[in-house]
Amino acid sequence: MARDILQLGSMRFTSRLFTGTGKFAAHAQIPPMLAASGSQMITVALRRIDSASQTENILDFIPKEVTLLPNTSGARNAEQAVRIARIAREAGCGDFIKIEVITDMKYLMPDNYETLRATEILAKEGFVVLPYVLPDLPLAKRLEAAGAAAVMPLGAPIGTNRGLETKELIALLIENCTVPVVVDAGIGRPSHAAAAMEMGADAVLVNTAIATAQDPAIMARAFALAVQAGRMAYLAKMAEESAVARASSPLTGFLH
Amino acid sequence: MQLLVNGAREQCAKDATLAELIGHKQLRKDSLVVELNGAIIKQELWATTRLKDGDQLELLSFVGGG
Repeated sequence: MARDILQLGSMRFTSRLFTGTGKFAAHAQIPPMLAASGSQMITVALRRIDSASQTENILDFIPKEVTLLPNTSGARNAEQAVRIARIAREAGCGDFIKIEVITDMKYLMPDNYETLRATEILAKEGFVVLPYVLPDLPLAKRLEAAGAAAVMPLGAPIGTNRGLETKELIALLIENCTVPVVVDAGIGRPSHAAAAMEMGADAVLVNTAIATAQDPAIMARAFALAVQAGRMAYLAKMAEESAVARASSPLTGFLH
Repeated sequence: MQLLVNGAREQCAKDATLAELIGHKQLRKDSLVVELNGAIIKQELWATTRLKDGDQLELLSFVGGG
């Protein structure tokens, strides 16, 4: 198999498993998780400081060779997302930005309209924009036209671990988008990640399922293997399904 | 003089610099991102940035997130 590279902006990735830094019991779990996963991109969030808990710098736990993907979580509209993105870049976190604009606090559904507006602004400013969206094909095409580097449809609501509930809609994105499709949110098990990759997703982003596993490093490794398996199956072009049985052994020359 | 720090009103010594305010608050400097009236102030400018009455400050840092 030729070297299988995923390019986003000017960066080339050999790992198709993106990870997140949320929900770990301790920051110290992040380096072994990254090592076990082989992940080359990881999300972080920006918040007002809480002086009581300001004891560690999360960036100290992320090796320099791993690309930071700051998110705009907390933004309720495009303007707030743009502001967070600019701050993250100014703070030295690079050009990558995951746009996350959420107005629905029950299901944490991304607001596709505000996300598109933020993408239009930030792509023009040279950001490598990865918008987190509900899988909606016309919207995905608008994001592409606006200069998004990828689209990141959710599989299921954030943190639910329910897998690919939006599978059919994600399939439309995979079929029709020219930018990479990264399944983000809802992936709860390695088998979900493998299924997404088998379908032709270009990458998956997994946070909760790894961070809240009893052993995040081992779970990270399990996800890495699942992503590789799913990707290889996709590249190998899977055999067709059939409604009826098709014998694997010859149907002639029986011994009776 | 009065400042608005992370959305809360705070009193501050007249003509204090940003570095003095941060020192007084005993904040970790390496992970701190400072926005003053909507503009990021890089760390090398903290010592020479004088605060004015009514300034709006956001003191931010990166945290875990997905």
